[in-house]
Amino acid sequence: MPEIFELEFMRRAFVAGLLISIIVPIIGTFLVVRRYSLMADTLAHVSLVGVAVGVLTKTHPVISAVIASTLAAVLIERLRGLKKLFAESILAIFLSGSLAVAVVIISMAKGFNVDLLSYLFGSISTIDRVDLFLLAALFVLVLASVALFYKEFFLVSFDEEFAEAGGVKARALNLFIVVLAAVTVSLSMRIVGILLIGALMVIPVVTARQFELSFRNTIVFSVVCSLVSVITGLFLSYYFDLASGGTIVLVSLAIFLASFMVTRQE
Amino acid sequence: MSVPKTCIDVREVSFSYNGNPILQDITFDVKEGEYLGIIGPNGGGKTTLFKVILGLLKPQTGEILIYGEPLATFGKKHLIGYVPQRSLSDYYFPATVEEVVRSGRTARLGLLKRMSKEDSAAIERVMEVTDVARLRGRLIGQLSGGERQRVFIARALASEPKILILDEPDVGVDVTAQEKFYSFLDDLNRNLGITILLISHDIDVVAHQAKTILCLNRRLVCHGPPRDFITEDYMQKLYGKQVRFILHGH
Repeated sequence: MPEIFELEFMRRAFVAGLLISIIVPIIGTFLVVRRYSLMADTLAHVSLVGVAVGVLTKTHPVISAVIASTLAAVLIERLRGLKKLFAESILAIFLSGSLAVAVVIISMAKGFNVDLLSYLFGSISTIDRVDLFLLAALFVLVLASVALFYKEFFLVSFDEEFAEAGGVKARALNLFIVVLAAVTVSLSMRIVGILLIGALMVIPVVTARQFELSFRNTIVFSVVCSLVSVITGLFLSYYFDLASGGTIVLVSLAIFLASFMVTRQE
Repeated sequence: MSVPKTCIDVREVSFSYNGNPILQDITFDVKEGEYLGIIGPNGGGKTTLFKVILGLLKPQTGEILIYGEPLATFGKKHLIGYVPQRSLSDYYFPATVEEVVRSGRTARLGLLKRMSKEDSAAIERVMEVTDVARLRGRLIGQLSGGERQRVFIARALASEPKILILDEPDVGVDVTAQEKFYSFLDDLNRNLGITILLISHDIDVVAHQAKTILCLNRRLVCHGPPRDFITEDYMQKLYGKQVRFILHGH
């Protein structure tokens, strides 16, 4: 066994990384195609509020992050449904607003700054058994949901109005997708970090989009890009002692740039 | 001869948006097998009327009955095929023609149901009839205006509807494609008995294709066969005095 896999925390990091790299771009596809990319980043920032509350109250920060981002997802969809504000304005308000809330809570708790960095930028060495268990449950939940509701998810993403006209519950399905995104973002932050999870949710999908594939194949290809990014990124970060989240995102960016050059020449 | 059933019954419907009345006291019905052309000026409420009939907008007063049942409780909304006005937004969407057409059957199938052989066969038939089968692998963004229009019709037909509602389907389509398209709609109406509701900005087209014309300018201005409509009076009511009359001589 190579040295890297003899370490307990690296084995955990790889398992967590593999789980994340499969589900994150799947959910990401449903956001990117409807120009909702900013949602991933917004939910990540809201997760920080959950982390801050968790650390302050000495409960599990990942669990409070999941709760916070899910609540925010529901609120955002409600507000969007009112059609009084632009969707992107709502996201911008939640993104910066939640950061403000998080900063204030963090300032109330002292001696918490070191831990905070691990949530902001990801820290694979801190993944514990609870994290892994939650990730595994999420993995099953996301794959099962997308498998069961694939045709509905596609329909509401492509044409919400047409879906509704046919009697499909478009709003409920949208909410479902966004809540899945919220939970995914919160649980993935230990690996990639709050500030970088949006990148992993969006870049592989945009990369796949360059190749003008069908919707189904766009998802498959983005999962492949994401897997390559996460695996390569984890190896590089271990052997060169680099920050895991940043390295993973840099690899995915490199793949995007390469695909951009290739598809432009065609 | 049996009297055709009423499939859409619009009763005293009014809709306003932010206090602006868009539809005022609209009452009419559509019989099975009818071909209804809807015309009227921009802002006259044509698209709003469609959205109310489809249940996308709730009227403040009045009600809509579909096959005699209130819209809210009508359980077979897939019997109404909808071809919306297109915007630019779907050009970037990564989806093939086949994926888009198949998505038209989602509502009919229902949750957790997978496509059976019969479903796939129905979709193949629709793709043949609309002449999009040869485009099946192409992305929706790579199509011409006429091709895209046929794909959206195919999607609407994928649920094997009895009523087809089309909102300005001829925007961005060249004249030859348009002629073929209208003879195709005519065929659906005559041979398959599909009831058609069509909004078009092209009064000439509507007057020649539709069996009944409905003129809408917030209120119902007229409703009847095209020959009744060919009087200057209605045109003035609808569009004001300066309208150039194009229906003479046909």
